[in-house]
Parts: sequence; C-alpha cells; structure tokens
Amino acid sequence: MLNELGHFSLILAMVVALVQCSVPLVGAAKRWQGWMAVAEPAALIQLLLVGFSFAVLVRAFVTSDFSLQLVWANSNIDQPMLYKLTGIWGNHEGSMLLWILILALFGAAAALFGGNLPTTFRARVLAVQGGIGFAFLVFEIFTSNPFLRLAVPPFNGQDLNPLLQDPGLAIHPPFLYTGYVGLSMSFSFAVAALIEGRVDAAWGRWVRPWTLAAWMFLTVGIAMGSMWAYYELGWGGFWFWDPVENASFMPWLVAAALLHSAIVVEKRESLKSWTVLLAILAFGFSLVGAFITRSGVITSVHAFASDPTRGVALLILIALFMGGALTLFAARGEALASKGVFGTVSRESMLIFNNILLGVSAFVVFMGTIWPLIAEMAFGKKLSVGAPFFDMAFTPFMVALGVVLPVGAMLPWKRAKTGRVLKMLIPAAVLAVAVGALAWAMSNGRSALGPIGLMLGTWLVVGSFTDLYARTGKSGLGRLFRLPRADWGRVLAHAGLGVCIMGISGMMAWQSEDIRVVKEGDTVHLSGYDITLQDVTQVPGPNYAATRAEVSVMRNGHEVAHVYPEKRYFPIAGQTTTEAAIHNGFLRDIYVVVGDAQPNGGWAMRSYVKPLANWIWGGAVLMAFGGFLSLSDRRFRVAAGAAKARTAAGVPAE
Amino acid sequence: MRQQSKMKILLGGQLAALLLVLLVPPAFAVQPGEMLSDPNLEARARDISAGLRCLVCRNENIDDSNADLAHDLRVLVRDRLKAGDTNQQVVNYIVDRYGEYVLLKPPMKGANWLLWGAGPVMLLAGLGIGAVFIRRRARTPEEAQPLSAEESARLDDILKG
Repeated sequence: MLNELGHFSLILAMVVALVQCSVPLVGAAKRWQGWMAVAEPAALIQLLLVGFSFAVLVRAFVTSDFSLQLVWANSNIDQPMLYKLTGIWGNHEGSMLLWILILALFGAAAALFGGNLPTTFRARVLAVQGGIGFAFLVFEIFTSNPFLRLAVPPFNGQDLNPLLQDPGLAIHPPFLYTGYVGLSMSFSFAVAALIEGRVDAAWGRWVRPWTLAAWMFLTVGIAMGSMWAYYELGWGGFWFWDPVENASFMPWLVAAALLHSAIVVEKRESLKSWTVLLAILAFGFSLVGAFITRSGVITSVHAFASDPTRGVALLILIALFMGGALTLFAARGEALASKGVFGTVSRESMLIFNNILLGVSAFVVFMGTIWPLIAEMAFGKKLSVGAPFFDMAFTPFMVALGVVLPVGAMLPWKRAKTGRVLKMLIPAAVLAVAVGALAWAMSNGRSALGPIGLMLGTWLVVGSFTDLYARTGKSGLGRLFRLPRADWGRVLAHAGLGVCIMGISGMMAWQSEDIRVVKEGDTVHLSGYDITLQDVTQVPGPNYAATRAEVSVMRNGHEVAHVYPEKRYFPIAGQTTTEAAIHNGFLRDIYVVVGDAQPNGGWAMRSYVKPLANWIWGGAVLMAFGGFLSLSDRRFRVAAGAAKARTAAGVPAE
Repeated sequence: MRQQSKMKILLGGQLAALLLVLLVPPAFAVQPGEMLSDPNLEARARDISAGLRCLVCRNENIDDSNADLAHDLRVLVRDRLKAGDTNQQVVNYIVDRYGEYVLLKPPMKGANWLLWGAGPVMLLAGLGIGAVFIRRRARTPEEAQPLSAEESARLDDILKG
C-alpha cells in the first residue's frame, strides 16, 4: 500500500512540476503577481512529494520488501544495512529517483533563499527548474519506474553488485549527483536571464554560489570515485579515462571555467554572453554524463545499470534542453553586451585564457570519449580511445594552466603591469625549480614526469600563498586572518590543484611494484620495505567468503604495518572482489593485494609502494574546501541579508 | 504453453550456467608466471601492454585485465619480445591480427586527425577569438553609462537605508 502511495506521490510531483514550469512563466511574461507566486509553493510541494516517494523506496530497501522488483534485483536479506541503503542508488531506477530528489531540493532551495531575486526573474528561474524536474519525472515514471511490483514476491533477493558493496562507493553517487544536478541551477539562471534579456553584475553574484556548490560536490564526488577505484579494483589505478569517469570530469572542467568567468561578470560586467553559454553547456555536459552512464552506449567499465532504450529517451531530453537553450541564446545572446573595458594585460585577459584552456581541455575529453562512436558511425571503423590518448592530448593544457595560474591570480583588474607580479613570484619560481632539480637528481633521471610534476605543483602551491601574502599589503601578516574568506578560498583551491598535480605525477613516475608467488613466511623486498606473507586464512563474511592474508611490512627491522588484504567471493552474484590492504603514509602508500592460490602451493601476491598517493585526494579535498570557504564569504551572505531587509520593509501589512 | 515456459526455464538455467562460467573468480591481471626474467624485457612488455586494449573488456588495457584473452595477449607480447622484435614490431604484429581496435591510442592518420587535431585547433580558435575580443575591449573608450530609472530608484532605496 505504502509503495503505491509512493508511486502516486511521484505522479503527483510530475503534475506539480508541470504547473511549476508553465504558470509562473506566463505570469512573468504578463506581469501577473499571482501567477508568478505559484512558483515557490510549487517548488516546495514538489520537494515534499518527491521526498515522500524517495522515503518510501528507502523503507522498501531497508525492510527488504521483495515485492518491489527493484528491491529484489538489487538487495538481499544478508546484506549489511549500509549496502541495503546504498542499493537504492546502485541501480538505474533508484539513482534516477535520487537525481530527481536532488533536483527538487535545489528547486526548493532556490524558492526559499531566492528572496533577493527580482520577482519576474525568480519566477522564471523556478519555472525552468520545474521544467527540468518535469522532464525527468516523465522519464522516471514512463521508462524507469522504481515502484514496479512482482506478482509473487520471492523470499530473497539478488545481491547488489559486489563491486558496489563498499563504503566509498556508498556515498560517492549522492555527491556526484548533487554536483551534476547543482549545475541545473546555473542552467536555470542562464535561461531565465536570456528570457529576461538582462545579465548584470548581480546575476554573476547570484549564479556563482550555486555553481560553486555544484563544483564542490563534483570535486568531492570525483575524488571519492577515484579513491574507490584505487583501493577496490586491485592494482591501485586511480583514473582510467573511462567514459563514465570522463562523464563526471567534463562538467567539472566546464563548471570550473564558469566559476571563473562568472567572477568577470560580477566584478567587471564583461564576458556576459560567454558566461551564459558556459552555464548552459555545463548542465549540458551533466546531461551527457547521465546519458553516457545510463545508456551504456559507449562501453565502459562502470556501465552497471544501462539500457539502450532509456538512452534514446535521455538523448531526446538533451536535445530538448540544449536545443531550446542554445536557440534562445542565439536569439538573445546579442543583447548581453559587455560593458567593462580592460587592457591586454589584466586579470580579465588571464581569466579569458583560463576559460580557453579549461574549455579546450573539456572539449578534448569530450572528443576522446565519443570518438569511438563517431568513428564507427561515420567511418565504419571500430577503434578504441584510452588512457594513452588522454595522457598525451589532455595533459599539455593542464600544464599550461598550471604555469599561468599564479600569475593570472595575482594580476590586478583592468590594466596591469606584469613586471611587479612577476617580481613577487620569483621566490616561488626559484623554489619550484629547486624542487624539480632535486627530484630529478634523486630519481636518476629515469623519467621527466615526476620532476616536472613536482616543479609545477610547488610553483602552484608557493605561488598561491604568494598571492595571499600580496593581499595583506603593507599592513603585514597580521592582516592574513582578517582577509575575506573568498581570498583564502581562492588560494587554498589553487594550492589544492598543485598538491593534486604533485600526487598524480609522483605516483605515476615513482611507483614500484613486485608481483610474485609467495608461500607463507616468504618475504618480498621492495623499495626498502620487507613485506612478508605471514598467514592465509578463510574468513566468512555476511554475504561472502573471504580469503584473508596476514602481511607484515618491516623497514630496517621495525614493523611499519600489519595489513590484511582479502579476496572476497560473493556466491549469490558469483563474483570475486579484491580488497587491497593499504597502509597510508604521508609520503607513500604501501599497497598489498593477495591473488589466487597457485597449483603448486603459495599465493600470487602483488605489492606496491606508491609515492605521494594521498596527495591526489588531499589536493582534491583542499580544492573543495577552498570552494566552501569562498561560498561562506561575507559577500554572499551580505547580499542575501540586505535583500531580506528590503523585502521585509516592502511587504505591506496584511 | 506449458512446454514453452519449461523451455524458458531450461534456457534460463543454461544462461545462468554460462554466466557463471564467464564470471568465475577472475585470475589476476599480470600473473607471476607470465613475467619475463629479464627485467628490461619485462619493463618493455609492460610498456607495450599499457597501450593495448583487452578486446573483450570494457576499456581496459591487457595489463590490468583479468580476462583470458588478455592473458593470451600478454604472453604473445612477451613471446615476440623474446624472439627479438622491437616494440613497434610487436605492436604491428598484434594490430595485424586483431585490428586497430586493439590500440588504446588511435594512430595519427586518416580520420583520426580529427580526434588528434581537435584540441590544438580549438585552442588556436579560442586564442584567436579571445585575442580579437580582448583587443576590442582594450580599444573601446570607457563610457560611463547612466543609471536606468529602475537602478536609480534602487540606489535611492539603498542610500536611504
């Protein structure tokens, strides 16, 4: 009964979304206050309805209600509670419902906190948001209904895909989805602005926090996914340039570009039409991401839940949104003339350069991802585009970005002289070269990747803090902690990129590995560590059987770590997963994986020492934290507060 | 009718069995037994493997893959290396047998130029458009735009507090 209520509530939400996307739009065009006012309650009601529907699905999963086909296919009584819960979005239908829930959440947030927006503009933003909600609700209800029943409920369900039974993957999708869907707000703001025919500094200020929030969530989501791949897939790869990974990376790159260009709109009233275009494209890439993940059209390691017929429906959605928004852009983009004037050397120019680099790198990723599809359809050739292509075609743009970043971040607006900024950055440059040379000397010149990466990373980190130091001006370091949070945010995010680059290059350049058959008591010597297989035991798990090895790691006679790598066999799904044992260190990870028993005794064991591994994710966390600091800056809060006071005074007593 | 559903169950059973066979506990990626004793040759083998796609897998190279075919390819690469082939010869040998699909880095020729050229061409275009825009911005004299009626009303509002 409850399930039917959840189902019904979802259908009601669809109807409400239809109202939300049509009535306020007409109201805004005709300046009818009453019609425009429909948007807010509609957004809130939509959240309530979708929220109820999602709660019902959660209950079904928690209580293992196998009368629902979805629960039966993705859950099992013996599964730990955490994975029963995460089973909700470990499949297509549930993850789309999560997507819709987050969409409704953002819509409701805009309704609640959008008090400072002009009435017509707010009505239009909420209407566009409602339109997106409506399209996805239609998609959910007609192609991927999570509330389908089984006539005869089975006693037990299938297992959730064992690879997905992992705490890291448990929280990764909600973050990623919040990021994807968060960009729908930027999209709604852009389309509303186009309908309105007006983009000004205030628009830049409104759209930035939403984009920042979405970008932050994307950053964390991507980092978590990469970390999961690192410890779960068994050889410590952290990024595969897989279509699904690229699907999340493209919106991230475009959102990063949008963040920066929105600053120009806000501060200098320039780059308006470009920023609007980016806002549209960022969400477009999110949709393409959803399409790639959900349709499985480009074969991928991660296509857990895919269905080509749904792919077509999603493609229609993309065509509708992008086609509509871009047509509107073509018709109205002209009206968004830039005002601010600036010199060739200025922060504006540098931000344009930033946007070109981020945009082009996103385009390279996009081309690489869809090229197999194009080549097959247009040229009848079956070919693959994998990591070696992306490493070669993508990296140069990131290197260029890293080189100019500290300079660009420090150049003043309007008209600048590079000399002064470059002089301030000399210490950073010297330090970077020194670190690079040291790394080169220590690694006996085996590969240039490591030293170059460390050099670039150091340049970014030290350069960012030079930026912060320069902001204190003559008043000295005492001002450091009284600087606006946005400054700290910018510096930390830029430094985070540097840390991330150091981590990636360090790990790729200096990883050492050992693969061999060992018997209990055998020791492997690797990069100064003695890794000994002590014992192998069979351990039962809740819904799997594990082969667990006990491995000790010694260095110079002292025990550094005692770790337990496992191989888990899931009988219901008939799959095996590896649980690598990782000893995290600041400068290196020790990574041990146990493999199959060998016919003539012993076990295959792979051991790795991975330098700077944690820096990759540490850098990502720094970037996200920088975004968070920026988001909490006084500027955004003041804008909201002032507006509240104004509306309070403007509302007549009833 | 009943016959038919029985057939379906049978078929389902066979399918399940087939799936089980396909999903047997995977062997590891590079196996200790496959590796060459000469570290130089082995390093070259690993290098080559990172660029070859496991044909039955989804976007994995043969070094990382657990599939049997990947195992066969790894052994083949090492056999060719032992026979004295250069890296390029080994890759050519495999492409001759398995087609271009096996290469994770599409060769820079024919239609693939569209792929390889996409980034650089876009960069040039971007830089060109950016430069034109910046120069135009730099040339326009800054004119103070008068406030619109709405804006001055807002300003008064704010100033009054």
